[in-house]
Amino acid sequence: MVADGSHALGGMASRDRGRANAMQRFARRRSTIAFLMTLPLLAIIVGLVAYPAAYAIYLSTLNRRMTAFAGTLNFELLFESDTFWMVAFQSCFFAITAVVLKASIGFWLAHMLHHIPDKGQRKWRGMLLVPWVIPPALSTLGWWWMFDPSYSSINWLLAVISVPEVPWLGHHWWARIAIIMVNVWIGAPFFMIMYLAALKSVPEQLYEAAMIDGASSFQRLRYVTLPMMANIISITVLFSLIVTFANYDIVRVLTNGGPRDLTHVFASYAFQVGILSGNIPRGAAVSLFMFPILALCAFFVLRSVTRRNKEQM
Amino acid sequence: MAFDGMSRRDVLRASALATVAGGTLAAPAVHAQATTTLRCGFWDHWVPAGNGAMRELCAEWGEKNRVNVQVDFITSVGNQNLLTIAAQAQSRSGHDILSFPTWEPAAKYDMLEPLDDVMGRLTAKYGPVNAAAEYLGKIRGKWVAIPAVSGTQMKPACVRFDLMEQHAGIDIRAMWPANDTRGPGADTWNWDTFLTAAEKCHAAGVPFGMPMGSFTDAVDTVGAIMASFGASMMDREGKVTVQGNAKLKTAVEYLVKLSRFLPNDVWAWDDGANNRALISGRSALIFNPPSAWAVAKRDAPQVAEKCWTVPVPAGPEGRFTPYLPYFWGIWAFSRNKGPAKQLLEFLSERTSAEKQTNTSNGYDIPPFVSMNNFEVWAKEGPPVGTVYNYPLRAHHNATASIAMAPAPAEFAVQAYQQALNTKVVARIAQGGETIDQSLDWLHRELTNIVRGG
Repeated sequence: MVADGSHALGGMASRDRGRANAMQRFARRRSTIAFLMTLPLLAIIVGLVAYPAAYAIYLSTLNRRMTAFAGTLNFELLFESDTFWMVAFQSCFFAITAVVLKASIGFWLAHMLHHIPDKGQRKWRGMLLVPWVIPPALSTLGWWWMFDPSYSSINWLLAVISVPEVPWLGHHWWARIAIIMVNVWIGAPFFMIMYLAALKSVPEQLYEAAMIDGASSFQRLRYVTLPMMANIISITVLFSLIVTFANYDIVRVLTNGGPRDLTHVFASYAFQVGILSGNIPRGAAVSLFMFPILALCAFFVLRSVTRRNKEQM
Repeated sequence: MAFDGMSRRDVLRASALATVAGGTLAAPAVHAQATTTLRCGFWDHWVPAGNGAMRELCAEWGEKNRVNVQVDFITSVGNQNLLTIAAQAQSRSGHDILSFPTWEPAAKYDMLEPLDDVMGRLTAKYGPVNAAAEYLGKIRGKWVAIPAVSGTQMKPACVRFDLMEQHAGIDIRAMWPANDTRGPGADTWNWDTFLTAAEKCHAAGVPFGMPMGSFTDAVDTVGAIMASFGASMMDREGKVTVQGNAKLKTAVEYLVKLSRFLPNDVWAWDDGANNRALISGRSALIFNPPSAWAVAKRDAPQVAEKCWTVPVPAGPEGRFTPYLPYFWGIWAFSRNKGPAKQLLEFLSERTSAEKQTNTSNGYDIPPFVSMNNFEVWAKEGPPVGTVYNYPLRAHHNATASIAMAPAPAEFAVQAYQQALNTKVVARIAQGGETIDQSLDWLHRELTNIVRGG
């Protein structure tokens, strides 16, 4: 050791350097950086997805006053309720019918637009997107005025051509049709724009080759367009199925679940049972029923997408 | 110098006196500054001036008591008020005082500050409140919320007297004049007379506008009709009383018969549809507070001047008027319970109640029977006296009714919100079920509710 103590200081500095190096090495690890980078996303998922989901599960296991653990009682009572099974049927009927119609109309519109020259296409694209851009609660209110039980403007127009009045919201089948119509009107443009983007990405050479081989327009659609769009169709259908299944505002504004609960879907019924009737655990149990159904759909759709991707690789 | 003759002790004494005197003189100024802030969330009134009255009353009380009263108005549109109550109950934070719709005091009774002391003083001063308000606000022997004036409504019959006279031959104004007497034929104003009149008006193209869907106007009216037949679905102890209930069967049969003479789309009507039916001149009668008449006064004065509010028809077991009250409650987690109680007592006093009723054009109904004589109901028009019979008056011989009573509130609210009473009728009249099938369904639904606790 030197008289001024430099050796000692040097020793301390090297120890510090050693420590800093370890920290630096830790910080420089790819896994650490990746973790830090994903931390905000993880926080969002935990805070806005995992926690509410876990809390909903917890709530569904409580008694009505939320003072004691009730196990699976809320689910058992739902299984015993005629109304609940009716709601389950209606939710599936509504979601499947609406998604099939939206996908079909969107697909047709996308094809129509695809064949319009770019200049005019922009104008049509903008106009056709309007229903999707308007807030659904607002546009549904417009539809409600048109379907209004007593003063329906649609009925007024039908009367002009001597068609008898349609009880749009008063009869359960008409009410279901009205709800599906509004949902399709709002949602079809989303499919249209997604399918249009997918159509534009299909290489023109494939169509040319098919034409040289003598393929008809249906064969070109069947063997070129559809396989090339299969993934986007699957993903959009899945996405729309989730959104449609959880739809609330259209039913709430148009029918409030009536007549006789015959237009309720899971979300509107969960709100009625949970918030309006003051039975939050039962409402949570109703809303949780959407999860396994949608999880099953997501599993099969995503598996088919993965398989197709592997086949293409 | 002035200090020359003073000892050190004198100087200290003088300065101490000066400090005390200064403090005492300055005290009013110090106390004049409000140190307590009371946060209130009141119902956002349909009538715009209704909020102004509440704001003024709160400001007046706050000034007198040196309390800073913050008032928020929470709309019931989109059930925003219910969502706010649910959120504050979950987080145990929020307003000190909140307006609770009909069933919420019962739903949140263990989270609300008991108000027996306030209600004790008010009932000593003004007499009892109506029975329906007590059923909804007094839970397990304790007042958990005070029946409010602002937002509370009755739903008697609002009749187009010209159409009623023309098509059904009933002079409704003579029957129920704008004074405390029963006119000729008032004793025959029962559900049988009503059914006959409904048939005639239906045939004439101006059917009675009685909703039969799942909204409150429908549930309340059907509930009042069932009550007047002595029909209940559940007793006070929470026992389902559907099977073998002859009175319930009679009431349901009556409602099925009546529904044939209503517009064929009443199963989808919301709370605004009956108002629109009256205002447009397409209906001869609706069950509603005077809001429909008030809108008609603005939009269709020729209709408004032919409207007359009368009591609901009587049934075999009496006359029951649909009643839909609001309550004012104080959260148990509030830190300002004392001032909150004082404010609620002030808002319930006769002068405050009259101010609320006046500014709402007579819409708001005070819960105290002794207050059913405010001048506003006699003066409002045209025609003058049209809403005289809006509040319950002694000569009506009527009782305020809430659908699903006397079932325990925790079960009744679920049956009410799911509109089980209108659905049991709809399943027969619209769904084609037999009465027994429909009552069996009702029994299962109610049993399910009871099993859930």
